[in-house]
Amino acid sequence: MTETTTGSARVKRGLAEMLKGGVIMDVVTPEQARIAEDAGAVAVMALERVPADIRAQGGVARMSDPDLIDAIKAEVSIPVMAKARIGHFVEAQVLEALEVDYIDESEVLSPADYVNHIDKWPFTVPFVCGATNLGEALRRITEGAAMIRSKGEAGTGDVSEATKHIRTINQEIRRLTSMSKDELFVAAKELQAPYELVAEVAEAGRLPVVLFVAGGVATPADAAMMMQLGADGVFVGSGIFKSGNPEARAAAIVRATASYDDAKAIADASRGLGEAMVGINVADLPAPHRLAERGW
Amino acid sequence: MTARRPRVGVLALQGDVREHVAVLEALGAEVALVRTPAQLAQVAGLVLPGGESSVIDKLSRLFEVREPIIERIAGGMPVYGTCAGMILLADRILDGLPTQLSFGGLDVDVRRNAFGSQVDSFEAELAVPALGDEPVRATFIRAPAVERVGAAATALASVDGRVVAVEQGPLLATAFHPEVGGELRFHRRFLDRVRAAGA
Repeated sequence: MTETTTGSARVKRGLAEMLKGGVIMDVVTPEQARIAEDAGAVAVMALERVPADIRAQGGVARMSDPDLIDAIKAEVSIPVMAKARIGHFVEAQVLEALEVDYIDESEVLSPADYVNHIDKWPFTVPFVCGATNLGEALRRITEGAAMIRSKGEAGTGDVSEATKHIRTINQEIRRLTSMSKDELFVAAKELQAPYELVAEVAEAGRLPVVLFVAGGVATPADAAMMMQLGADGVFVGSGIFKSGNPEARAAAIVRATASYDDAKAIADASRGLGEAMVGINVADLPAPHRLAERGW
Repeated sequence: MTARRPRVGVLALQGDVREHVAVLEALGAEVALVRTPAQLAQVAGLVLPGGESSVIDKLSRLFEVREPIIERIAGGMPVYGTCAGMILLADRILDGLPTQLSFGGLDVDVRRNAFGSQVDSFEAELAVPALGDEPVRATFIRAPAVERVGAAATALASVDGRVVAVEQGPLLATAFHPEVGGELRFHRRFLDRVRAAGA
């Protein structure tokens, strides 16, 4: 037998590397998962409710039913991700037992712990976590996250928060790359992140893990804009299956993400898609309903 | 042999393009991203990266590079495919989507996700005699495996009886990802083929 090692950082971060340039789609049924795979999604996020419905219906949002996750896994051959509540390490253990391909420790669900995030290192399955700024991203990586997604504001169809978060993270990284070594010690203190990780980011000019964008992407142009702002790929939640023609919109967002620097191709991808999700302006959301503020 | 730096492309529709570019540049190659037929025409060899094979297949049709790639493969262009790239080079895909196509060229049957889901993804030390005595530290991520090696292809390495690296003339494919682990020898072998083809 060949001696093998599972669950190493390289293997966990590696799957995210392979998803780059792709679109990860929220799905709530096997039928939607089929549509997503046929449209060219690189992975699906298996959920009971998309963020727009969580927002509309309220109540505590939790991990999905294992039967639903199994049914979606059985339907598609691309990677299947699922969400656990922030800090809910037992939901994460359950999702690992179900052999999902990635766990999203997500602010879209109701947090289970307002102090601690999950210690993600002991798990074999990799984790993706949300972040609104560089310090938050580095704290999640320190806890073992193998992929970061900027949070945006899920379930709104308003891309402005996603823009703010990816711009903030990349701006803070650019700032680090211009600092001298002694300044990096203070930067680490201000970012509330370990010095070694801060120095690594300053040297490389990017995070040591893949950075996707999430939260409010609803159109092909939204997705292409996130890519032009430096995202490695895009999560689309409510934007596809809350729109008039999910099949066409899913394929169009895949196409625009791959052609993100070609305005003609984005124009073609944007034609005849029917209605986009109606959406909510983030500015109209009262602060307690802003999901991006969950997690720290 | 020409002393010029070989000009090679990485198919940049989706996947771990950046990692391949870094390895090829470290080996002294001039590297271009390939997404269009015009860009393909400018390169002497092509790397098919890791990623989601069904997505790269779809995008290759949408970007109209599928047929030109097949023509270049038929014309003897050196190609190196890793993981999804191995699936795209295979003449026959097992467990693909019903509509999934490959470019073909390698006389092999390749099974997608042959090792299971992400929790089964692994690293291993592999003996690859064609690359010398030093073993290869190989990273397998939801990796495919070669189920049958046809008469025209040669197996280069295997894991517990499953073939994970193959070669056929100017075509090279691995089920694992040398580009994420600092292993340079497969890319060097590919660049040697490119130089030889241009000589």
